[in-house]
Order: sequence, then structure tokens, then C-alpha cells
Amino acid sequence: MQKLNGSALKAMGVGNMVKKTIPEEEYMNAGHVGCLGCGACNAMRYTLKALGPKTIMSIPACCWAVMPGPFPLKTLEVPLLNTAFETTGASISGIKAALDAKGITDVTVVGFAGDGGTADIGIQALSGMVERGTDVIYIMYDNEAYMNTGIQRSSSTPVGAWTTTTPVGKNQEWKKQPKKNMMEIMVAHEIPYAASVSVGYPEDMIKKLRKAQSIRGPKFIQIYAPCPTGWRMAPDKTIEICKLAVSTGAYPMYEVENGVYKITHKPSELKPVMEYLKLQGRFRHLPQEELDSIQANITKRWNLLLKKEEFTQGLVDL
Amino acid sequence: MKMVMTGNYASAYGSMVCRAEVVSAYPITPQTSVVEKIASLVASGEMKTQFVKVESEHSAMAALIAASLTGARTYTATSSHGLLLMHELLIWAAGARTPVVMSNVCRANGPPWSVWADHHDAMAQRDTGWMQVFCEGNQEVLDSIIMSYKLAEREDIRLPSMINEDAFILSHTVEPVDVPDKEEVDSFLPSYNPRFKLDTDEPYGFGSLVMPEMYMEFRFKINEAMESARQGWRDVEKDFEKHFGRNHGGMIEFYQCEDADAVLIIAGSVASTAKDVVDKLRSEGKKVGLARMRVYRPFPVEEIRKLAGMTNIIGICDRSYTFGHWGPMAQEIRGALYGQTDLPILKNYIMGLGGKDLTPEILEKIFLKTLGLTEGLDAEIEWIGVKGHGGW
Repeated sequence: MQKLNGSALKAMGVGNMVKKTIPEEEYMNAGHVGCLGCGACNAMRYTLKALGPKTIMSIPACCWAVMPGPFPLKTLEVPLLNTAFETTGASISGIKAALDAKGITDVTVVGFAGDGGTADIGIQALSGMVERGTDVIYIMYDNEAYMNTGIQRSSSTPVGAWTTTTPVGKNQEWKKQPKKNMMEIMVAHEIPYAASVSVGYPEDMIKKLRKAQSIRGPKFIQIYAPCPTGWRMAPDKTIEICKLAVSTGAYPMYEVENGVYKITHKPSELKPVMEYLKLQGRFRHLPQEELDSIQANITKRWNLLLKKEEFTQGLVDL
Repeated sequence: MKMVMTGNYASAYGSMVCRAEVVSAYPITPQTSVVEKIASLVASGEMKTQFVKVESEHSAMAALIAASLTGARTYTATSSHGLLLMHELLIWAAGARTPVVMSNVCRANGPPWSVWADHHDAMAQRDTGWMQVFCEGNQEVLDSIIMSYKLAEREDIRLPSMINEDAFILSHTVEPVDVPDKEEVDSFLPSYNPRFKLDTDEPYGFGSLVMPEMYMEFRFKINEAMESARQGWRDVEKDFEKHFGRNHGGMIEFYQCEDADAVLIIAGSVASTAKDVVDKLRSEGKKVGLARMRVYRPFPVEEIRKLAGMTNIIGICDRSYTFGHWGPMAQEIRGALYGQTDLPILKNYIMGLGGKDLTPEILEKIFLKTLGLTEGLDAEIEWIGVKGHGGW
């Protein structure tokens, strides 16, 4: 056996009680009908572990409209309201208003929508909900396309990606536009709390969700939720791709609380984005100049985020 | 308490005396004074309501469906394009079996833009699973809200209800309205307490995916509920009359129809003008009558068949049109009468679209034209007042 030093042993929990960082309680039972390696599946599981059973959830059309199973089956141990595609922000506003009318104050109201249902068709209802200061948590699980309908591009699909509506072909019709930045749109609403999280970092996700739960007013959580089916990726690579998304700067983990940015996973040096892209078939068609452009944009956006963090630290004491 | 008020204020007060717990609405002409009045009643503390001031009618209905499923009594008001924008959620509200009550100020749909009275907005929602009432006056606007909650929240019905009031003619015209106390309404309408709701102690799911063998079961049950609501409307009005000492004539109000040679069927505020014209023509010895279509969904089939036995000629006056096939009421009435023996002559008039004025003189002309059809139809359908059409 290889000899380990003290700090390595300590890191493994030897000599200490192992501290449980993820709650043992399960509010998502076995039997969901998601795909192999589905990131959205873990997104739901950790969300409910973080928020607990005093939660009412509304889900619009998306993968999770199907994944709880058909009536009378339901994998989720919380009250669940299915709602129309574009209505999540309005639906959870209605639940919250009814609870307020009844004087019920100990229930967390959560919307759980995909990226298309959030960044595209549902952005109006979300914007209204945030502007009204509604005390709810809105979660966008981001698998970067309309996956439930079969991999069509959304405004949250990253530039360069193949989808069934950006099918590449001889005319090179991959997605030409950059991914819509929902975090910044939320920050522009002066939302009390917005955070990006990833199913590859469950402790961070649970911590941020619980923080969101403790803050009054609207909260926005964007969950990086890989879709092996849609990303043309092996289903055992879900967590690996989560790590690469962060270490390359392709999908930074950060939070914005009352306008103050905090990057929660800050690699000392970004890995080349190619390491992230090459695991996913959806980017395999890209020529070198496009890859260079993607790298340049990711570096630029990362540097901008660092600057925002630095700049907004000055707001803390204002 | 008797007060003088517009149809829109009658709507707002109706939601107040019924103690609507969640209101969600978006302003649209000519509904705006409903939401303004509710906002002021909430601001003054007279109305204890969560008023969710949403960014669209679509969100208003989505929020109310969710609030209703969380166990709250809900209310909204809209008009025309707002109602059209809600269409998806109207079907959702009925499918989710939520007793949402809504006032719709009946207004024409664009283009061309028009803000005036027309029934195309409401009647285009015929197949959504909503109950629908068309009002003649402002008292009826308020009373129909109370009756709607009573019926909509019945365990075996649980369907949404739409109360239609004509743009400006009711929405912005003042009439005396008897506004009952909240306590008086409480004795008629108990608080809403559904057996199934979004509740963390009993974590049910609502509206989940069903496989094809189950879907029709749900649709069948909605229709069963709507069929029950037909007798329900007759019963609730009798019950209402016992409590409040007034009624509005049942599903179809018959005015001088018993011995009439010709009857016009009209929905909405124009029925008032038509009643005056009936009185005038009766005084001249002309036996005409008016049948006011009050409840449009569920459709009053028995009442229509009864009317067909009372008279020889019926003029069906639609303030709407289904492009390509008659007015909506004409279709429904002809459908309800198909297969009956000894049918009256049926003629369809399309009139008053986009607020086109319907004066006593015009209505008298329509009555007389209809009376003159004893030898048979001159045309199945006639557009009233369109230049170069039907001699207008």
C-alpha cells in the first residue's frame, strides 16, 4: 500500500467522522424515465435533497414533464403542478399568491423548467415574476437545446453546436449565434440572488439552493445539466464533462447576490476549451478557425467575469 | 346596498363580495376599470385579496390555475385580444378542473382595430370547456359572478365560468345595482375548500402525462360535468332567487314568446332594446317575442326545443360570425332542433359587429322582416346594415 501523508489521510476522512455533504433523504424515487446519463435527473434529485419536503414544484413542458412517469405514477415526493410551456414564472406566482392568501409561510415554491422553457418561450413570464419580486425559486436546468422534443436549438444552445435544426450539412449550418446569457438578464432585473450550479458539483449546488431558500424575493438558479443523447456524448461522461465545463471556463460557476459577483470555482489557469468540446459529437464538425473563435470568446467572457467580480466587490460596503 | 355603477364596477364588486382570494389580471380596453377598481378596493382594505399584477393575460390565467389548484378562490377580467391570448390556458383551466371565474368585456377582435361590442371574442372560446353567461344588465353581471362560483365550485362540476358583458354598453354605462353584503353572500356561497390541492402534507401531482387509454376518461368526465352544469344553472338560479329575491330568467329568458308569431333570439345587452321594441309592436297588435340567450355553455338545448314549439318563425341574431358557416348561435340552435318535428322557420341575422349601432328602429325592422317570413325564407342569412346587402 502506498504510504499516505497526514493531510491526504485527513482528506479521505481517515481519523475523523466522515462529514456527509449531501443529505441522505431522497424525494425523487427510482423509476424516472430519463435517458442514460441524464444530467437533468441529478439536477432534480439534488434540488429536492437541498430544499426538502416542504416544497411545491411547478414544471412546464420539458424533459421533466415526462420524466416523473405517466399518470398515476409519480417519482417525486413533493406536490407537483404541470403547467403550459411558457407559464412557469406565472404558475409559481399563482401558487405563492394562494399560499400567501392562506397564510402558509413555511413552503418553498419552485419552478423547474428547461432552457427553452426559460430563455425562449417562458422568458416573459419569468421576467414578470422577477420584476414583481415574487418570493420563489426559479430553476432553469440547462441542457442547451430542446431535448424533450428531440434536440432542436434553443437560444441557450452554444455557438457551433449541431442540433436537428442546426444540422451542419454542406452549408455548415451549425448554430451561429452565441448562447443567451440568462444570468446577466436576471442580474439586469436586480434579482436578489442568481447562481449557476452544475450536477458535477452537488455540494456547491446544495449550498447555493439552500442559500436561495433563505433569501426573500425572487431567486434564479441555472443548473448545468449535460444531455448525453443530445450532445452526442457517451452517457458515462456526464460528470467528466461537468468538470471540464468549469475547468475550461466554458460554463463558469458563480453567484450574484444583490449585484455582487462571486466566482465559486476559480481555476488558476483555464484548460484549452478543445478538451471540453472534443468529448461531444455536437461540436465535431467545427473547423479550426471556428474553434479558435470559440476559445477566444470563452477567454474573453472569463476575463470579463473576473473583472465583474473584482469591480462589484467594491459594492459590498456601499 | 343599492349603488349606481358601471358593469365593470359591478364585476369588481362581484369578486369582492365573493371574497376572491387571488386576483390576477392585465389591463385591456374596455376592461381596465375592473382592475382599477379591484386595485383601489385592495388598497383601501375593503378587499382582502392577493392581486398579482401580471405582465400578460396569458400569465394571468396561468397564475389563477395554479392559485386555484393551491386551494384559493380566483378571479380575473379581460376582453377581446386578452381573451384570445388566454385561449391555451382557458383549455388548461377546464382540463385542470379549476373553478376560475372571469369577466369578459365582449369586444371585437382586430384587425381592423375596434374596441366596441361584439361577441366574437367569447364565442370563439366555445370549445374550451368554460361555462359562459351573456348579461343584459349590470345587476346580472354582479349576480352571475355569485352564481358562477356557487356552480363552478360544486364537487361534481369544478369547471371555470366566464361572465360576458358588452363593451361600453354595459362596461361603461351606469345602472342601479344592488350589491349584497359579503356576509349575505357567505350564507349562499361557502368558502372554497377543495378536496385535492397542492399540499405538502399530501403531495399529489396535477396535470401529468397520461397514456392514450387514459386521456379520453378525463375528457369524458369534463363533458359529464358540463352536462350536469346544464341542470346546475337552472338550480343555482332558483337557489339564488331564494336568497336574494331576484332572478335573471333562467338559461334562456322568454319575453312575450308564448303566443308569438315570430321570435328573435338575442344574447347580451341588445336584448334590452329588443324588449322595448316587442312592447311597442305588441301594442300595435303584432305578436312578436324575444328569447334572450343567457347561458351559452352548457347550451340550453331543452329551452331551445321548447321555444321552437311556441312560435312559427325564429330570427337568430348573432353578434358574431364563424367565417364560412353562419353565426355561432345559428349553428347551435339549428343543431339542437335537428330531428324535431313541426319546426319553425329559422333565419340568421348577423348584426352589431364591432359596435355597429342597433337602434330600436333597426330592431323593429328586423322584427317586421321576420314576421313577414310566413311564406318561407327569403335568405338563410342576412347581414344587418352592411352597405349593398339585403336592402340596407
